[in-house]
Amino acid sequence: MNVRVKGLLILGVLLVALYYVFPTYRAYFTNADPLSVEGKLNLGLDLQGGMYLDVEVKAGEAVREVTRRTAQELEDVMIDEQIDFIEVRQTSPTEAVIEMESGKTVDLEVSPFDRFIVQYDLLTEGNLIRLTLRPDEIKRIRKNAIKQALEVLRNRIDGLGISEPSLQLQGENSIVIQLPGLKDRDKAIRLIGPQAVLEFYLTNPDATPNTYNRLTEIVKYQEVWDKATNTLLRKNPYVLEKKILLTGEFIRDAQVRFDPQTNQPYVSLSFDSIGADRFAKITRRSVGRNLAIVLDDKVQSAPVIREAITGGEASISGQFTVEEASDLGLVLRSGSLPAPIQIREERTVGASLGEDSVAASLNALLLGGLFVLVFMAVYYRVSGLFAVAALVFNIILILSVLSAFGATLTLPGMAGIVLTIGMAVDANVLIFQRIREELRRTENPRAAIKEGFAKAFRTILDANVTTLFAALALLQFGTGPIKGFAVTLSIGILASMFTAIIVTRLFFDLVYLQRRQLKAISI
Amino acid sequence: MKPTTDTPHFIDFLGKRRFAIIFSAVILIAGFVSVITHGGLNYGIDFRGGTNVQIRFADAVDLDSLRGLFKEQDLGNVVLQTFGSEEEHEILLGLPVDSALGTGEDLTAKLRGVLGTQYPGLEIRRIETVGPRVGDELKENALLAIVVALGLILLYVTFRFEWRQGVSAILTLLHDVLVVVSVFSLLDKEFTLSVVAALLTVVGYSLNDTIVVFDRIRENQGRFRKQALEWVMNLSITETLSRTLITSGTTLLVVTALLVLGGEIIFDFAFALLVGVLIGTYSSIYVASPLVLRLNKGQRPRSANAESKPAPEQQAS
Repeated sequence: MNVRVKGLLILGVLLVALYYVFPTYRAYFTNADPLSVEGKLNLGLDLQGGMYLDVEVKAGEAVREVTRRTAQELEDVMIDEQIDFIEVRQTSPTEAVIEMESGKTVDLEVSPFDRFIVQYDLLTEGNLIRLTLRPDEIKRIRKNAIKQALEVLRNRIDGLGISEPSLQLQGENSIVIQLPGLKDRDKAIRLIGPQAVLEFYLTNPDATPNTYNRLTEIVKYQEVWDKATNTLLRKNPYVLEKKILLTGEFIRDAQVRFDPQTNQPYVSLSFDSIGADRFAKITRRSVGRNLAIVLDDKVQSAPVIREAITGGEASISGQFTVEEASDLGLVLRSGSLPAPIQIREERTVGASLGEDSVAASLNALLLGGLFVLVFMAVYYRVSGLFAVAALVFNIILILSVLSAFGATLTLPGMAGIVLTIGMAVDANVLIFQRIREELRRTENPRAAIKEGFAKAFRTILDANVTTLFAALALLQFGTGPIKGFAVTLSIGILASMFTAIIVTRLFFDLVYLQRRQLKAISI
Repeated sequence: MKPTTDTPHFIDFLGKRRFAIIFSAVILIAGFVSVITHGGLNYGIDFRGGTNVQIRFADAVDLDSLRGLFKEQDLGNVVLQTFGSEEEHEILLGLPVDSALGTGEDLTAKLRGVLGTQYPGLEIRRIETVGPRVGDELKENALLAIVVALGLILLYVTFRFEWRQGVSAILTLLHDVLVVVSVFSLLDKEFTLSVVAALLTVVGYSLNDTIVVFDRIRENQGRFRKQALEWVMNLSITETLSRTLITSGTTLLVVTALLVLGGEIIFDFAFALLVGVLIGTYSSIYVASPLVLRLNKGQRPRSANAESKPAPEQQAS
């Protein structure tokens, strides 16, 4: 190819690369507010500070819950319809069994039972009817649970006031949450963590955990904490009637209020119209009894119902600080998660540590670059400077490709770039050594340059392709930071082949091969 | 020899292969013994699960008195170590998976509760928690990544060269990985995800070196058809030696820059690279080619088939 055409093409590549790098430069090295700059290279949470969470949605629990509810509602309807049965029990997350009185049958295919069985396969064995959740239904429930969880978590995170939060599905049942610039780590966990299932039960004050009726009642506990030392003092047992009277799904709003007498914060709930009607009915029927408010299986309080509550208002009091009460309000407003979640992985980095890391890796980059520059210039003279110029081009290319793809630069990614500096000169070293060898063999520097490039090319290709394999294997690692390293390393390998072979060659073309008479080269 | 080609003079690398075998064997056996006596590798939280908390204090702290504070509160098993340089007053607190401090919403509140009164102005700089099941997954992924990388390399090298080179390359890389693992075990350093990343980088790097030598051997086999393989290998390693040393040199320079300036978080990563680059350079000279030679034993390479012994006049040249 004509040298001038080649030169223009390479110049074009450089200009495009600079175009993509410019926003990054403007965002981090000028007075511009990084947030307002589009197309910049994003810094990973380990460099700018923030929280990375990988939470697992226990979707299997949502499946279990569907079957549990089906079994309970079916039982209620069968009682209403006066069917002769012994019990309906859940035998596994996906299976419920109706035990009929011997000789009696029930036709589940007709109203009002048919609506319960659309999701199930039926199997009658003597006086047992087995309802098994169909596999496609299980899949659908799980998928919905994850989708819904994502939605609820998004709502809760909005309450944190983070400027660029990100939530992503990962794999089958994980959600990766990234909160750049997060300040209060505990608060984030407090908002994200709880399932926030709110349930109302009637208590049975006469029963104890040793004497309660296992068929119709359950025991749940109230935890009493010493706030000063953060230790659990005791657990108060409550015997509750098994039937759930009302759940949090009817909550319209939840706000922090203060008890005028004690000045204690509490969470005031207001129900929507359906919830308000139900709440009125429940409280009217049960005046004088205790209504237990249960949040995520823990009894919050069990106040006495003094009169029918018709305004659709309830309150949750407990040992809250103002902040905890307002967080709980936010969580309840955002709705409950369809299944509990568990934090699989947390990586939280403070902003100051992020800054230190940026400074440290930039220093390493500069010092490493300086080392290589000095070495190459001393050992290969002018040719060494060609290699260094190619190296600078290489770094610009890496940054521009990362910016163009909207990639995120992490600390290991920075390490990858630093490492690339060391390894990228290898291709030039291979070429230069070849040229030196050729120069020993021949008097013609022009031929030596051409031969050197040609002979080194195959070696460079083989050596880099194999390194690329290692980097690609690294890419399939799950965790973010390591991926960042693999990405910059892979891009670095590809970019270095371009700069070391093509860009360096251009310098030789321009500086040496253009000359009419070439007596010696500086290598 | 024709006078136009310069006289091939070389260093007898392969003649020293016995020493190389002893050297490698000593490190690997020591590493093996170390892994056994330590009851396995010293896995970081990435692989065993648990929590690390990096805390900076306003002034210098004494680890023993810190331990005392945790003990007083009966907070179970905690591992404390200083982190980074002295003047930064930082510690790394390691908690097991089932720590009494938990990993929940009140972790930093609890830590401030335990330490804050004695050490006001402490800064919690980093919290990393990995669940035990995630640890197992990451371990599997790490192993898989290494196996996949080696498998791809075996295929490519076999395709570009011969199966002997492919198998030798893989064994050489395995050697490098095991040596780095041995060094980490001998120094009782933590084996983390970033160390695995470093290992894979070392695999790529060391392979790079090895391929360059193999490439030259192939080229020289064409040029010196009548020479024995060992002779060609020695010549090729010698010819590529300056390139090998220069590239190692520049890479070691930047790795050293990372090690010294890159900060404590990537120190282990940089350290693994340092050891890996050194051993990768050594192995591409002293391990890879001897392995090919060994695999060639009994059957002369096709290039040397024409004459079973190197012609004496060429050897003398």
